[in-house]
Amino acid sequence: MTIQTPNGFSLDASGKRIVVDPVTRIEGHMRCEVNVDNENIIRNAVSTGTMWRGLEVILKGRDPRDAWAFTQRICGVCTGTHALTSVRAVEDALGIAIPENANSIRNIMQLCLQVHDHLVHFYHLHALDWVNPVNALKADPKATSELQQKVSPNHPKSSPGYFRDVQNRLKRFIESGQLGPFKNGYWDNPAYLLPPEANLMATTHYLEALDFQPTIMRIRTVFGGKDPHPNWLVGGVPCAINVDGVGAVGAINMERLNFVRSVIEQTITFVDNVYIPDLLAVGQFYKGWLYGGGLSGKSVMAYGDIPENANDYSPANLLMPSGVIIDGNLKEVHPVDLRDPEQIQEFVPHSWYKYPDEKKGLHPWDGHTEPNYVLGENAKGTKTNIEQIDENAKYSWIKAPRWKGHAVEVGPLARYVVGFAQGHKEITEQINLVLKTLDVPVDALFSTLGRTAARALECQWSAYKMRYFLDKLVANIKAGDTSTANVERWEPSTWPKEAKGVGFTEAPRGALAHWIRIKDTKIDNYQCVVPTTWNGSPRDNEGNIGAFEAALMNTKMERPEEPVEILRTLHSFDPCLACSTHVMGEDGRELTTVKVR
Amino acid sequence: MTETFYDVLRRQGISRRSFLKFCSLTAASLGLAPEFAPKMAYALETKPRTPVLWLHGLECTCCSEAFIRSAHPLASDVILSMISLDYDDTIMAAAGHQAEAIVDKIVEKYKGNYILACEGNPPLNADGMYCIIGGKPYLDQLKKAAADCKAIISWGSCASWGCVQAARPNPTQAVPIHKVIHDKPIIKVPGCPPIPEVMTAVITYIATFEKLPELDRQGRPKMFYSQRIHDKCYRRPHFDAGQFIEAWDDESARKGYCLYKMGCKGPTTYNACSTVRWNGGLSFPIQSGHGCIGCSEDGFWDNGGFYNRLTNIHQFGIEANADQIGMAAAGVVGAGIAAHAAVSAVKRARQNGGTNQ
Repeated sequence: MTIQTPNGFSLDASGKRIVVDPVTRIEGHMRCEVNVDNENIIRNAVSTGTMWRGLEVILKGRDPRDAWAFTQRICGVCTGTHALTSVRAVEDALGIAIPENANSIRNIMQLCLQVHDHLVHFYHLHALDWVNPVNALKADPKATSELQQKVSPNHPKSSPGYFRDVQNRLKRFIESGQLGPFKNGYWDNPAYLLPPEANLMATTHYLEALDFQPTIMRIRTVFGGKDPHPNWLVGGVPCAINVDGVGAVGAINMERLNFVRSVIEQTITFVDNVYIPDLLAVGQFYKGWLYGGGLSGKSVMAYGDIPENANDYSPANLLMPSGVIIDGNLKEVHPVDLRDPEQIQEFVPHSWYKYPDEKKGLHPWDGHTEPNYVLGENAKGTKTNIEQIDENAKYSWIKAPRWKGHAVEVGPLARYVVGFAQGHKEITEQINLVLKTLDVPVDALFSTLGRTAARALECQWSAYKMRYFLDKLVANIKAGDTSTANVERWEPSTWPKEAKGVGFTEAPRGALAHWIRIKDTKIDNYQCVVPTTWNGSPRDNEGNIGAFEAALMNTKMERPEEPVEILRTLHSFDPCLACSTHVMGEDGRELTTVKVR
Repeated sequence: MTETFYDVLRRQGISRRSFLKFCSLTAASLGLAPEFAPKMAYALETKPRTPVLWLHGLECTCCSEAFIRSAHPLASDVILSMISLDYDDTIMAAAGHQAEAIVDKIVEKYKGNYILACEGNPPLNADGMYCIIGGKPYLDQLKKAAADCKAIISWGSCASWGCVQAARPNPTQAVPIHKVIHDKPIIKVPGCPPIPEVMTAVITYIATFEKLPELDRQGRPKMFYSQRIHDKCYRRPHFDAGQFIEAWDDESARKGYCLYKMGCKGPTTYNACSTVRWNGGLSFPIQSGHGCIGCSEDGFWDNGGFYNRLTNIHQFGIEANADQIGMAAAGVVGAGIAAHAAVSAVKRARQNGGTNQ
């Protein structure tokens, strides 16, 4: 029997059911089930978030100035983005303006995360969906060297001898029989399309990227003291600037600024010479595999981020685009209002939570979180040994957020589609270059590969923007401004009795916002709606499927028992499950309104 | 054909002469007779990599992210050459039942000879179904993998103490590993996350010396967790001198004075941040201007706010002196610390003839 979803998908659960649990190479825990028809084409998709930690409940009653540290621990992969979102929410609630230097430093830290997260995702979480390291043993190192010099003439590590050394190391590793992370991979699956020399090049870069990536995050260690989980501050940043006087060595000084500049330049070089050429090289072989579009050609959303000037979060001041596109109409980009109770709402009819009235959605400021783990009557197995999920009942620890009732995709591709629709100059140039190089039409963007490409382009964009904000920081210091924190409202005695605020960022995985309510100087309610809540959303009360589920639909699998295609498409979203299951809220009382910045 | 630890050293440009010297020194430092050096060299040259199952419970993956940030050794060398990371759902190629089959296989094939590395912890509420692996509670997978392991490494504060999801009121009833596994040696490597180079050092230590590191009473490697951050903090002289930051970004902050009054938990936190430092020794929280939040201590989320010291310390009659030298009462991490700060400052004040600074 076929069910038509309001957002345009035909679901048919009559074919063979395939279960993937755990879905690996993601952050957190996730399960996926699909039904395939006789031709092994996916006709029904079900994604289940399989963890819940309850941070919402834990934050209640805490000091709002501490919230960044708690929420930062929502995720150690997109580390920092929750902390930044949190300090913005508290600053919004309390009407705190931060210094320009703090804005520049925060932007550098956030852009640094984008670069690092995207790079590590591509090479270490996603590459093995496209690249076959075992097949790399068959490569001729000379042919790999030629390929390397062709796709990236400026990358110094390109000699036949270099690739032979890597191949030998790989050979010893594989022939030892101790395959480590490559064990039980799907290495003879026909879904892998790269020739041996490309596999050797990409596997080599898997290792080069693994060795280079710690360097990138050292930028955040300078400003935040450690990484993962650097330190942040409500009202600015904790690192003071001192380039002239006594004690300069105990602060952000010339040596530290030089160090950051050096890392930024190395990062730009690596992304330009390795990541982007690899994307194009791999894309060249897979451009016929354009499954996985899902919601990307229909409904996408971005909040925007990276404020040019401090304290102005309006779209015109944000360097990353914001807006919503509905039903594939790129001519109209709707504005997003995070405060409007009618725009963003969360639903739970298919989530393991309880609402007083489950027909209705709730805005985050009025949210409600009460776990309710039950399986549907058609589920197979037991409550502690699930063999098959019943998607007609509750089936995930993720809620179903909707924008004006629409399921939307968020993330790098959503941001790039919104930017493209708005004519964002840099984004449009980047997209056009990729389309031209790969010789594919604009529609090719709406695919798994498009999602992967947008992430790489955004990584490059972010690397260059780090340079921009470091220049801006230095110029501001040169102009005599060394301020990094505003402490006027640091003391709780200066706060109103009640306040509420919202903060947002574009996390590497997509639009992220935190809603906070403060009462008597303590957190009264705190709610996060995170990218993977949007993308990993289960069905809602209208039957709309979420972005993961939509993207899996109608994909042909080479071998249904080997989930290469499922992993490929799910990974293209870079799922973050620890993030997605942290909704919170309660009671829904009327609150005083706080200044909107 | 296995690449051994020796191969790695050779590939990194270390000569056989240096390698043998390393073995002699190591043997000597372990109190072994000189004839043990060749035995050690032989072991490092020939032994296969130790299998490691790295499981993930309720966590945020910051420990894995820290691990791959290690500057020495690089994560690639650890994974390709020192250990055999056979199961780690964050980076492994296989998924679903092909992934789960690996746990069974390693448990069977390397009974008693593999290391279980735990990131995150199991929740006990809802029959353990707040964390589901393969349709079953994570706790099932943990117990299965623990049954035949040689030892357990509890990575980070989740596995060691409970960390953020176990903060009050601990809605999922998340518990550290040692609360559910009682019959195996457990090495706790706390921190949120632990220092990257400390993580790889613990692994390297086990792979090199074929024994577990010496632990303190709380189960942490003594070599990294036996001293407080405060003991080795480069800002300690300012603490002793009574030179404190009074507000963010004030003149004292720019001079790099002590963060104690801003809530720094360095005086009660046992970790190597002020010695090993972070990310290749580049910095650590205090060096970058923020107090230590005590992330390697048991229950650090519930030990009062990160910016608070305890107030109203009335002991040793130090209140007046403390005020004289600019110690505004605001909250302390421990009464002893306040006294310690005051006494240090008082001493200095006396040396200066009772005047401030």
